[in-house]
Amino acid sequence: MKTFSIGGVHPADNKISADAAIEQFPVPEVAYISMSQHLGAPAEPIVAAGDKVKVGQLIANPAGFISAPVHSSVSGTVKGIETIKDLAGNFCKAVVIEVEGDEWVETIDRSAEVVSEIKLEPKAIVDKIKEMGIVGLGGATFPTGVKLSPPPGKKAEFLIINGAECEPYLTSDYRLLVECPEQVLIGAAIMMKALGVTKGFVGVEENKPKAIEILKGFHSKYPQIEIVTLKKKYPQGGEKQLIDAVVGRQVPSMGLPIDTGAVVQNVGTAFAVYEAVQKNKPLFEGIMTVTGQCAAQQKNYRHRVGTPLSKIMEVSGGIPENAAKIISGGPMMGKAINNIDAPTLKGTSSILYLTEEQTKRKPESNCIRCAKCVAACPMGLEPFLLNKLAKAKRWDDAEANKIYDCIECGCCSFTCPAYIPLLDNIRLGKATVMKIMKSRPKK
Amino acid sequence: MSTIIIYTVVSLSLLGLLLAVVLYFVAQKFKVEENPLIDTIEAIMPGANCGGCGNAGCRAFAEACVKAGNLDAQFCPVGGNETMKKVAAAMGLEVAEKAPMVAVVRCNGSCANRAKTTTYDGYKSCAVMNSLYPGDTGCRYGCLGCGDCTNACQFGAISMDPETGLPVVDQDKCTACGACAKACPKGVIELRNKGIKNRRVFVSCINKDKGAVARKACKAACIGCGKCAKTCPFEAITVENNVAYIDYTKCKMCTKCVAECPTGAIHAVNFPPRPAAPAAPKAPVTPAAAPAAEAKKVAEPIAVEKNN
Amino acid sequence: MKQLLVSPSPHVHGEANTRKLMRDVVIALLPAVAVSIYFFGFSAIKMLVVALVSCLLVEWLIQKFLLKGECTICDWSATVTAVLLMLNLPPAAPWWIMVIGAVVAIGIAKMTFGGLGQNLFNPALVGRVFLLVSFPVIMTTWTTPEGWFGASVDAVSGATPLAFVKEALKNGATVQEIFEANPGLSWSQLLFARVGSAGEISAIALLIGFVYLLARKVIRPHITLSIWISVFVFAGILWLANPARFVDPVFQLLTGGMLLGSIFMATDYVTSPMTPKGQIIFGCGIGILTVLIRTFGAYPEGISFAILIMNAVVPLINMYVKPKRFGRK
Repeated sequence: MKTFSIGGVHPADNKISADAAIEQFPVPEVAYISMSQHLGAPAEPIVAAGDKVKVGQLIANPAGFISAPVHSSVSGTVKGIETIKDLAGNFCKAVVIEVEGDEWVETIDRSAEVVSEIKLEPKAIVDKIKEMGIVGLGGATFPTGVKLSPPPGKKAEFLIINGAECEPYLTSDYRLLVECPEQVLIGAAIMMKALGVTKGFVGVEENKPKAIEILKGFHSKYPQIEIVTLKKKYPQGGEKQLIDAVVGRQVPSMGLPIDTGAVVQNVGTAFAVYEAVQKNKPLFEGIMTVTGQCAAQQKNYRHRVGTPLSKIMEVSGGIPENAAKIISGGPMMGKAINNIDAPTLKGTSSILYLTEEQTKRKPESNCIRCAKCVAACPMGLEPFLLNKLAKAKRWDDAEANKIYDCIECGCCSFTCPAYIPLLDNIRLGKATVMKIMKSRPKK
Repeated sequence: MSTIIIYTVVSLSLLGLLLAVVLYFVAQKFKVEENPLIDTIEAIMPGANCGGCGNAGCRAFAEACVKAGNLDAQFCPVGGNETMKKVAAAMGLEVAEKAPMVAVVRCNGSCANRAKTTTYDGYKSCAVMNSLYPGDTGCRYGCLGCGDCTNACQFGAISMDPETGLPVVDQDKCTACGACAKACPKGVIELRNKGIKNRRVFVSCINKDKGAVARKACKAACIGCGKCAKTCPFEAITVENNVAYIDYTKCKMCTKCVAECPTGAIHAVNFPPRPAAPAAPKAPVTPAAAPAAEAKKVAEPIAVEKNN
Repeated sequence: MKQLLVSPSPHVHGEANTRKLMRDVVIALLPAVAVSIYFFGFSAIKMLVVALVSCLLVEWLIQKFLLKGECTICDWSATVTAVLLMLNLPPAAPWWIMVIGAVVAIGIAKMTFGGLGQNLFNPALVGRVFLLVSFPVIMTTWTTPEGWFGASVDAVSGATPLAFVKEALKNGATVQEIFEANPGLSWSQLLFARVGSAGEISAIALLIGFVYLLARKVIRPHITLSIWISVFVFAGILWLANPARFVDPVFQLLTGGMLLGSIFMATDYVTSPMTPKGQIIFGCGIGILTVLIRTFGAYPEGISFAILIMNAVVPLINMYVKPKRFGRK
């Protein structure tokens, strides 16, 4: 069984919502479609108050190379372009649409039929993916079209579909693999065609035997895509770790995955690519998990982008009494929700309720220099040292100790027996050091 | 026995002599010519090495002064005018006196005025908290209360008030080095004129949100109504981005604005207490609960600052 | 609605904490403690109680009145030091020796540096070495293990195998002669019971503790194994060069404080390097220094000194030995 070579931790996987089939979440009465749903510059709205829009209609254009268009997820009347708070409480621009009916743009193929023949040429595929506003759904929401256009001089050798879902609790990728395996594989095949590569992998962690079995059943139909069983270990689904695990190549420090010849895309992204290219459907729906030991119901929803989180919480049984923290994303890298009225985004993967006992941080004690953080760091860094350097604002030393290589996976904080919040300081230190490095004149 | 002692003494003495000679020549060879004035000035400096002047430390300050040949761009906030006069004398120059400054916390979001909306559970540092989210209250601009400023202060002049959750500056200890202002990720702390008899008037809020939003987040927020600016006879107050600012170079400390502010966001410190009566007549403009609170607010800051 | 918690990720924490780790070390030491009680009976129990009481008391007093911090005696670290100290002293030593050892170990070696995690040297070892150089006679008066409650304080004293062999070698005997004359020095005897400090009696008990620590993932094997291998190799070279002058490597491994030191003292988190590579360097240093001191130095046993010397080198190792970084092959 394959796995990455350095560090890692073993959090309890808690996939308690794994057996809940994906349900269509009802269309909200008002949708708040954020313009900042991707990494890069926020999109620029092209609709105004009073405009009528249909489901799937383009409502905002990308504003720059690293950006993505935004499509309406509902039909109705645009109420206006407002400033709303995102889930952390930061302000962002959003198109607010009052929903009337559910009228889709005619060009979208809404039939359930699986289309496996790929008609478009590579260039046209990339354009289509860009046009349909597809972004990486593994967490970073990096525009997929950009990722599928390797910079000049770099050549992709293979595509890796990330089905590791190493974050505890999350099950949206798993459900997708179980319910729509062929679509995901076709999505992968489309991207392989776009990249001009002949070898593809789907990496799945061993704790999802059902998904592995189903995918392997398609082997005769898609022989160019190999299903790789990965060891259950966090952060198996980290981009750099996944490449290391699947093909045994390590992304160089400060380098990009493409330097190893690999392009990594998430399962959700592959599905979105399938829908965009084969069904002409822009990315305005997402799969998300509602879970937690204290949650009233375990759910996997297909939601329209722009649905208020509070609405999803309400429909799935309300916020549990004893929930102390609500997280969007997994417990290792997800964001704590500050504003429950924030709308869902393309990349929203879960609502996770944790009780005080599960999540409240314990008082920090002295570092006993046990080196467990060093052993856990998947990037081979020394978190105890970086924490100290960041706290002392010794940026030069932090840089010399490769603080910029940190992938913010949280293994160090997770494993520290003294409950030292190592990553809190390292993350800040990393941001500061990166800023300093960028401000330096290039040679 | 005695021969051993003699041998030891002689050999060690010879060794010492030899090394002394070597050291002498090395010191001669690697001697760095330095203006003795630098040492003189460094001796005058307070020696806090706080970096408040913008140099790496007191010696760097001295070097910068000597290199420039004048004191136009240099000022030691810790030593103040006293030190600068001495430095100027050492350099054979005259120096204009600068008004003493003090750090001022421009946030009035105490626990009572500004209700918490979430509980922050991360590492207790304003910088970390600020990088995560806008803050644990409805206000995006105000003090985060983790005390980065108190940690930055080398003079023990700033401390967190456990009751209000806000930092309090001890004006006698504050040297206006600016470390706290630099440490504050929200930019809540400003260096302002210390004022005659330590009297100061300032707007204790930097919330740039619209009035209603600001008011909802914090009872004592500046709502940008502009009344103070209209009242001010010296045109010292400007309202920009929904927040008022008093220019301390123009303010004549008439404190008319203090009574005018509907939320009590303007603070006047170290003024003798006076009857709270003048606040009463403007009831129609202020919401129902305000007058009582307001009367208190005029007196409150004075009490707080006097305790320092 | 009640206020939600907000913090940076990660939002969950693993099972491990300082207390559990320290408690596991104590549990791993229990077999050795049990053996020492079995062989030395009441005197071992007495020493254990004195060690525990004095170590915990010193830590509590210093924390409360000098450092004015939170009470730390519940974190089990002082307990670890106490048990190690007890296992490091001759079981027949007077009780006040243990009190002095505790004051030095906790008071000087640990708390002056700021408490758990801050000390440069292993507290228990500092305590032991302090006693060894201050009270050499008491610290080298050993009772022969005899059986359940068989040995009391005034029992016949014997020399440890190491001291015995060293003395004999000094008197001109060859290694072969010594071993032929003393069947008690055979491997089987060494594995189960020999003369020495309370914790050096049984190699088997210590090895059980080692397995437990590894199984619970409290320590990684790098330090211990590199000590063993370096001792074996270095002592082996000497032995091959002149088997009449130098004892065989297995004897080196099984005698004295080698096992106690390599399993429990050298692997102390606080005073050992952070990276696997650094830990191997650290272990090899200890191994080589130990054999050097044992064969060429004045003392028959050298692992305590070797560990302390290497403790001093740890900051240097940490500075220069970096872990294997991702993406830098």
